[in-house]
Amino acid sequence: MARSVTNRRKTINTMLAWAVGLLIFFPILWTILTSFKTEGEAIADPPVFLFFNWTLENYSIVQERSDYMRYLTNSIFIAGGSTLLGIIIAVPAAWSMAFVPSKRTKDILMWMLSTKMLPAVGVLYPIYLLFIQLGLLDSRMGLVVVLMLINLPIIIWMLYTYFKEIPGEILEAARMDGATLREEIIYILTPMAIPGIASTILLNVILAWNEAFWTLNLTAAKAAPLTAFIASYSSPEGLFYAKLSAASTMAIAPILILGWFSQKQLVRGLTFGAVK
Amino acid sequence: MATQHSRSAARFMMAPAVILLLGWMLVPLVMTLYFSFKKYLPLRGGDLGWVGFENYVRFVTSSSFWPSVYTTLIIVGGVLAITICLGIVLALLLDQPMWGQGIVRILVIAPFFVMPTVSALVWKNMFMDPNYGLFAYLWKFFGAEPIQWMSQASIQSIIMIVSWQWLPFATLILLTAIQSLDGEQLEASEMDGASALKRFWYIILPHLARAITVVLLIQTIFLLSIFAEIFVTTGGAFGSKTLSYLIFQRVLESQNIGLGSAGGVYAIILANIVAIFLMRIVGKNLDN
Amino acid sequence: MKLKNTLIGATALAMIAGVAGADTLTIATVNNGDMIRMQGLTDDFTAKTGHTVEWVTLEENVLRQRVTTDISTKGGAFDIMTIGMYETPIWGKNGWLVPLNDLSADYNAADILPAMAGGLSYDGTLYAAPFYGESSMIMYRTDLMEKAGLTMPEAPTWAFVREAAAKMTDRANEINGICLRGKAGWGEGGAFITAMSNSFGARWFDMEWNAQFDTKPWKDTLEFFVGMMNESGPAGYATNGFNENLSLFQQGKCGMWIDATVAASFVTNPKDSTVADSVGFALAPDNGLGKRSNWLWAWALAIPAGTQKTDAAKQFIEWATSTSYIELVAANEGWANVPPGARTSLYENPNYQSVPFAKMTLDSILSADPNNSTVEPSPYVGIQFAAIPEFAGIATDVSQEFSAVYAGQQSVDEALAKAQAITNDAMEAAGYR
Repeated sequence: MARSVTNRRKTINTMLAWAVGLLIFFPILWTILTSFKTEGEAIADPPVFLFFNWTLENYSIVQERSDYMRYLTNSIFIAGGSTLLGIIIAVPAAWSMAFVPSKRTKDILMWMLSTKMLPAVGVLYPIYLLFIQLGLLDSRMGLVVVLMLINLPIIIWMLYTYFKEIPGEILEAARMDGATLREEIIYILTPMAIPGIASTILLNVILAWNEAFWTLNLTAAKAAPLTAFIASYSSPEGLFYAKLSAASTMAIAPILILGWFSQKQLVRGLTFGAVK
Repeated sequence: MATQHSRSAARFMMAPAVILLLGWMLVPLVMTLYFSFKKYLPLRGGDLGWVGFENYVRFVTSSSFWPSVYTTLIIVGGVLAITICLGIVLALLLDQPMWGQGIVRILVIAPFFVMPTVSALVWKNMFMDPNYGLFAYLWKFFGAEPIQWMSQASIQSIIMIVSWQWLPFATLILLTAIQSLDGEQLEASEMDGASALKRFWYIILPHLARAITVVLLIQTIFLLSIFAEIFVTTGGAFGSKTLSYLIFQRVLESQNIGLGSAGGVYAIILANIVAIFLMRIVGKNLDN
Repeated sequence: MKLKNTLIGATALAMIAGVAGADTLTIATVNNGDMIRMQGLTDDFTAKTGHTVEWVTLEENVLRQRVTTDISTKGGAFDIMTIGMYETPIWGKNGWLVPLNDLSADYNAADILPAMAGGLSYDGTLYAAPFYGESSMIMYRTDLMEKAGLTMPEAPTWAFVREAAAKMTDRANEINGICLRGKAGWGEGGAFITAMSNSFGARWFDMEWNAQFDTKPWKDTLEFFVGMMNESGPAGYATNGFNENLSLFQQGKCGMWIDATVAASFVTNPKDSTVADSVGFALAPDNGLGKRSNWLWAWALAIPAGTQKTDAAKQFIEWATSTSYIELVAANEGWANVPPGARTSLYENPNYQSVPFAKMTLDSILSADPNNSTVEPSPYVGIQFAAIPEFAGIATDVSQEFSAVYAGQQSVDEALAKAQAITNDAMEAAGYR
């Protein structure tokens, strides 16, 4: 039952929505444009939008100064690894919460979320000492574990809300057919929950990619991801807008592209059980 | 449907997650509590003995404490208000039929993919800088004196930056909720001659309650601990010091682990007060 | 179970990497121009010694946070850290740094400027080798000064600077008479106002470690600063630090700028500066009380105690702070761009003497004495800081109060009262009082 609309109204909607969309996107567009300017053009008065001497100079300077690929690999490893590990741990937990709920399920869920409220800065010192003891300092594995723990509550909650929408009868039927618990999860539940799992993965890759406190403070050279890469381009001496823009574009481009390609999935999945 | 067997299986499958999170909560918590009762100054030889509640008293009596709690609440509240209000408006707009809906949606959600550090740097330097920022040019173009964003409007600037980052998240969730709204109900009310405002107030908004709750909950959790946005922009000056930034100053700039840990305990208490407050609303809305 | 195995695996891996990569140095440094240049020249070091280098280049505030956490927990994430004159004596005293008293004869440690070596030592032992050193001085626009009908003396007073600033100011043409740091942070605006206060007869602490913000010299300092900046400073100076002022000056928007001597090479570099050929230099101002308002600072390389790569790290430090490194930079980038302020021989080199700011830089460095920085006696070492562990934390808080004055959000008296309370409270917590 589509609501009938006049063409005029559709035109107004379109113009309005595009204007708002472009306004919201503008800071990113401006950053990308600036990354192709010279430092002088980046602060030109009045500002130049498209008609300047497009140059790749900033990118080559940034690449020469820091090995982008290494930061990128670390980011991919850390974001991917922590999400994967998180999913492996979260799927069974979310399953049992969704299909074998007890009186305390909701409390446990809320408690899990509350662990995210511990201010990271307050526990940097203890965690740093712990990391030294475990030999995890400046290791990708250490960050994988920490980021997994940080995001685990979100993963569990998202999965829980998806699983709850799957009718229990289907699982019951499978059980009647003699499926073991393991088979039930792997062959029946997981395929049905794939859209949900996919958007959970996406959201967590984004969150892990953008996490900037632990990734910066627990790494040195070996495990440093793109957040550390950016830290070497913020406010150096002299003009830096163009170089900063280039570095920023390089840091956000992979996740932006991933997000764009999968935005349909993300839009569908990002409900946190908000839709009933 | 749950048999004894599946109950124990369920417990077994929840165990790894619960144990891990329990460890992740307890280990830092216990260590923070331990340090908070110590005079612990790494630059002066480390552990200088037990001091009872001295750190707690000192932290709370410092002239920065209450302003920092206030700033924290203002920033969290401000961002929540902006993202939820604008999020609803945007979601309603994006739900309308239009050309190029997919592309508009991409444009709107893009800020969510940007690292907080990057967005703070870009906003601070390329938009809000009083000399070279785009806003300064814009103001000058209209003959106005450029605003000194970071000093004259520090909290507002931070709220603006953080809202920009979180608006896509709120919009997405609210949009999904609106799309699930029963079109026939809306149409029926339209036929009955209900004004757009009335339809929004009596049909759409109640329908969105659950989604708003989710946005509120998730964003609060993330907003209570925002750090990069302040570190990069004002460095805590001009009244923009939040509780977690104050703790950062005590731990890392003053290198007073005991005092900072006591602050950490206060932050946990504040978070829990907010959490209880939230649970009250959320619990009601999330129950099915 | 799985996690535990992973943890053990990761630990083992980390240990293997530690042994196998014995000749790979991890160096934390700040993203200043001279350090970035050093990064670009690393191949020369690798060719000479066979060691490779992994750089961790960070913005100054992040770097401080990162290296301080690592050294105070004995984390061992870095083999060399770039630190300043503030950290070195404190860390040296704690036994956290490897003494650098056995550098090779070729290195000629005696050539390091005495002021720098002094500030980077504790108890007579050198703990960090200066990569470059700086004081502060006036950089001014000779053309604007002439237009204002004034001549800059070699050693001006604050009264002259204020008057000249007022005359040079031409706000319609976006020319501010004077640009100074107002940004919060102990190393930014905090450093400037502290150095300035010395020339007004102020000090942070009396001999009993009581805060002195309730004294007249501090009030005079702040009122003079705020008054002068309101008359002739750029709008929004409360958030201007070194970098903001540098670009203002380079864009021709400042008549005078009092800041680090290393900035001289940036403002006279025609590639970046629009006013490169009309910059003059003078000593930082005084008030006739016997102290000038220039500071002393060095970015230096130090080795954290506990690194297994001490020998390789020492080789790197010898390479990066040697005279041959200076020659290498000179050959590549010209004499004006070599790291200044570290070695006596540089200022005796005729090639360098022809650089316009060389003499004034040296004079400024020589006139700074960290052991005797205040008019009235003080218990601390340091000019724009007090070399005690608590200072960074206190001074950041205090400078935030001052910046709020610069932004017009509170009065000088309010800020000073808060500064007094903050400082005394922190000193009490640390057990001084």
